[in-house]
Amino acid sequence: MIEIAGLHKKFGEHVVLRGITATIARGEVVCVIGPSGSGKSTLLRCINGLEHWHAGSVRIDGVPVLPHDRSIRTVRAAVGMVFQRFNLFPHRSALENVVEGPIFVKREPRAAAEARGRALLARVGLAGREAARPEQLSGGQQQRVAIARALAMQPKVILFDEPTSALDPELVGDVLGVMRALADDGMTMLVVTHEIAFAREVADRVLFLDGGVIVEEGAARQMLGAPREPRTREFLHRVLHPI
Amino acid sequence: MQAFLRDSAEFLPILLQGVGLTVAVTLGALVLSTMLGLVWVLLRVSGVPALAAASRWAINVIRGIPIIVQLFYIYFVLPDFGLALSALAAAIIGLGIAYSAYQAENFRAAIEAIEHGQIEAAQSIGMGWALTMRRVVLPQALRVALPPYGNVMIMLLKDSSQASTITVAELALQGKLIASSTFKNTTVYTLVALLYLCMSLPLILLVGRLERRLGRRRAA
Ligand SMILES: Nc1ncnc2c1ncn2[C@@H]1O[C@H](COP(=O)(O)OP(=O)(O)OP(=O)(O)O)[C@@H](O)[C@H]1O
Ligand SMILES: [Mg+2]
Repeated sequence: MIEIAGLHKKFGEHVVLRGITATIARGEVVCVIGPSGSGKSTLLRCINGLEHWHAGSVRIDGVPVLPHDRSIRTVRAAVGMVFQRFNLFPHRSALENVVEGPIFVKREPRAAAEARGRALLARVGLAGREAARPEQLSGGQQQRVAIARALAMQPKVILFDEPTSALDPELVGDVLGVMRALADDGMTMLVVTHEIAFAREVADRVLFLDGGVIVEEGAARQMLGAPREPRTREFLHRVLHPI
Repeated sequence: MQAFLRDSAEFLPILLQGVGLTVAVTLGALVLSTMLGLVWVLLRVSGVPALAAASRWAINVIRGIPIIVQLFYIYFVLPDFGLALSALAAAIIGLGIAYSAYQAENFRAAIEAIEHGQIEAAQSIGMGWALTMRRVVLPQALRVALPPYGNVMIMLLKDSSQASTITVAELALQGKLIASSTFKNTTVYTLVALLYLCMSLPLILLVGRLERRLGRRRAA
């Protein structure tokens, strides 16, 4: 479904991605782990054209992603994105956040979009909070609204960029629970995360990114349990035993 | 005091005609400057370098010429090119253009205050430039821009007196005309000042409230 081939990206002189090649199949859950600054966010942002790159290609269902082409809108409508800092629209209620895309991008009738929006909010555990403004919701609730907003576009795949990193520890579980349920429902997901337990339990595959290259990839349990590369081992050790 | 009240009763009806023109000039220029200011700022953030540069230059030129000179130009020079406007129209257009630069700068500051993550969130659900502006950026920028917009209104109300230089008999000019024919300077100019205050004070208080509300929202 997603094919990334030879992706190179630099910010000015600073090379951030040095030839990333990876494939994500339909229904697969792939976690991306790696140290800060290794290029995880940048990789994710290339996939929906929020960044442009210098060499290589990204294809989704065979269609090339062209960041500066009008066609990028169609790509983005089919690729959900969940941000570390939620990025909900603060001037709109939870339900309005969710139906914004369906009504204004896909031009669905409001009544149908709202019915689906309510169902989606219920699905992420927020039934009854339709009218709440983002500022009235906890971080965990905001992130679940953001997931519902992505789901409302009926995407082929959802990209998550450290969706729980900005949350208080006791709120992380609710969000991971929603993501796990999505994975169980067969959603294709690419998740940048430091939650190794989540990756082990939920992901099919894990990519370890360091210095702009994929240092190691493999089946989640096998790779997280017995990493081959020393750099992966060292990184996992640091994440799992911070002191 | 009694003389003041008697004279006031005599002068007020004339001065109120001036108030009518002051309001007309202010509101007309407000509408025009808002629309023009929006045009400048949308060109500026269009992402097209040529349009952004054109907008920057337009704003610089407008800001670099005194309002009074712009008014003279429109009222006295344009007729030489076959475009003769009434004094009121010239005042509205002149002040509208002059103030569009302030409006644009105010709108731009408000747009730039919007977090970039908002634009990315809009793009990530497939919104193009126009939809992102209309549904995400401008509604949020509007709230930020509202208090300074109120300040622009207050400045514009006072600057509408510059229309007197091209014969618009608004409040200041009416006052001057009465004063020079009756020599009752104290009475007339006190009334003129009070009438301006009657219009500007409510605006000033409103801006203060908007600023406090926005401050609370920011703090939350
Ligand atoms: N807009 C930008 N301009 C310049 N440099 C950037 C920009 N965005 C990212 N970078 C640089 O690119 C490198 C990779 O950034 P990226 O955000 O992809 O890392 P990351 O793996 O997501 O890190 P983290 O775990 O901290 O989120 C970093 O060195 C970062 O400083
Ligand atoms: Mg990142």
